[in-house]
Amino acid sequence: MKDLLKAVPWIGPAVALIATVVLFPVGLMFWNSTRDISQSGVDDGGVGLANFATVVGFQYFWPILGRTVVWVVVVVACTLIGSLALAALLNKAFPGRRLVRMAVIVPWASSVVMTTLVVHYGLEPYFGIINSFLVDVGLIDTPEGYGWTRHPGTAFAWAMVVAVFVSLPFTTYTILAGLQTVPGETVEAARIDGAGGVRTYFSVVLPQLRGAVSVAVLINIINVFNSLPILKVMTGSIPGYDADTVMTMIFKYMQNQRQIDLASALSVIAFLVVIGIVAIYVRVVRPLEEV
Amino acid sequence: MTAIIDSGTAPRRATRPTSDKPQRMRKYTADQVPLGSLLLRMLAGLVVLVVFLLPYLIMFFGSVKTKAEIRSVDPTYFPTEWHWENYATMWATPETPLLQNLISTLVISLCATLLVLAVALPAAYYTARFRFRGRLVFLFLVIVTQMVQPAVLTSGLFREFIAIGILDTWVAMILVNAAFNLSFAVWIMHSFFAGIPKEVDEAAQLDGAGTFAVLTKINLPLVWPGIVTAVVFTFVASWNEFAASLVLLTTAGNQPLSVALTKFVGQYETSWHYVFGVSVVAIVPVVILFMAIEKRLVGGLVAGSVK
Repeated sequence: MKDLLKAVPWIGPAVALIATVVLFPVGLMFWNSTRDISQSGVDDGGVGLANFATVVGFQYFWPILGRTVVWVVVVVACTLIGSLALAALLNKAFPGRRLVRMAVIVPWASSVVMTTLVVHYGLEPYFGIINSFLVDVGLIDTPEGYGWTRHPGTAFAWAMVVAVFVSLPFTTYTILAGLQTVPGETVEAARIDGAGGVRTYFSVVLPQLRGAVSVAVLINIINVFNSLPILKVMTGSIPGYDADTVMTMIFKYMQNQRQIDLASALSVIAFLVVIGIVAIYVRVVRPLEEV
Repeated sequence: MTAIIDSGTAPRRATRPTSDKPQRMRKYTADQVPLGSLLLRMLAGLVVLVVFLLPYLIMFFGSVKTKAEIRSVDPTYFPTEWHWENYATMWATPETPLLQNLISTLVISLCATLLVLAVALPAAYYTARFRFRGRLVFLFLVIVTQMVQPAVLTSGLFREFIAIGILDTWVAMILVNAAFNLSFAVWIMHSFFAGIPKEVDEAAQLDGAGTFAVLTKINLPLVWPGIVTAVVFTFVASWNEFAASLVLLTTAGNQPLSVALTKFVGQYETSWHYVFGVSVVAIVPVVILFMAIEKRLVGGLVAGSVK
């Protein structure tokens, strides 16, 4: 016990910060999810699981949940495939490689809101630059372009494109870090045995990237599931619930409807889903085994 | 889980400043690359370069157009005239007090970074250097916060901050940003501390230096790259934070730029040239910071598991 007391001045502040800003709000969120809280914030007593029943009973709940699954699976899968290709290129020597690597960092450092805003502007009918480009190259035959951001389906699809774009840098860099640990001898041995470049990549290099890939996928799943800004900008002004994910729905409960009790209930569900995904994933893929 | 946390030495190998640049080049490619495939790589590299910079070029070109030009029905790819004065006039736009938003972003990010440093540095040092009961519990707690993000906790944070009276203040967002970037900072600095041989400390202690002196005089100069990485990461993440700020900061002037700029969307006549001007001002400094730590961008938890 004495050694713990000696550690308190060193780790105490960190524990206090985590307790106040992470653990306590988690507890409070679970508590609020069982309360009836008025729009002005007054706690009108316990209601058991009624908030959960309301949230799940909402007619768009299951479509929203299904869309969330699509959102996470498609974005993470596309990000992974794109990043594997990008990392393979950036790991090869060529003049200007450093410049290309620096360019790949830009969406990572930039605000996701701002990156999404450019795309949103580009997709505007009449004056949007992406629409104008699609008209110029003949892919769209209406002169004003197409109202991508006016329809939930197309706006959601473009949001996924942006989500992949902003997830690529982190994933690419993680896989690059993994590639640097692949011993050159294993690649050369495969070459000497007569394996071509593609064959070498899939049967020698890729299996050794397992650690990097699994950690990148895990962190991407968490990030993409929790992502709010892209959809907020891209589909936020579309009425109805046809482009919502669990995360945007939580914020609709909280901000548009001021129902903090329902928001808490849905947050609890989201929280448990994330914990569940992480637990299953860690068990199956064991990305943390060697940390 | 115990095994995961206990080997605090593991991330060291991957996160030590790797000065193996020439070696890395050779590792994977044959020494003699045929000119054809070299040209192919350069072409692919050029495509990647253009794709990744395109949104930001559109942003930049848009920021120097006039409102009439950026909203013209037949849009121009390049500005016909370069209106640099937009960068001066944009701060007075009526949608939101942009200058205050910039100050908010700056104050919140700087204070959150300082707080993270003050809290994470001692914790990283102590857990890397000393074994004590509860050490594993602490490191487990740090890993867990890596898995949770503020977006999912906003309803809890909202009620908590009302109760303690700091809703809609900078303090609220400083705490949130610090707490959720703590785990990365602890992990990366922990791995740097763990990389310093214990003998270095012991030699200093023999010479009569106390624990605090050993940390500041002996260790800090050696873990400097880890500290810089943690600082840059926390600063940039706080700079760009959106979900929690959206809910916890309700007064327009208190909000950071990320929240303020969303107010332009869906307006009758959005001043896109101003949105992009502000975006350029907000993006350039953090991109430079990230480029400065390019080598160590993959750090902490991740680096340990990709080795």
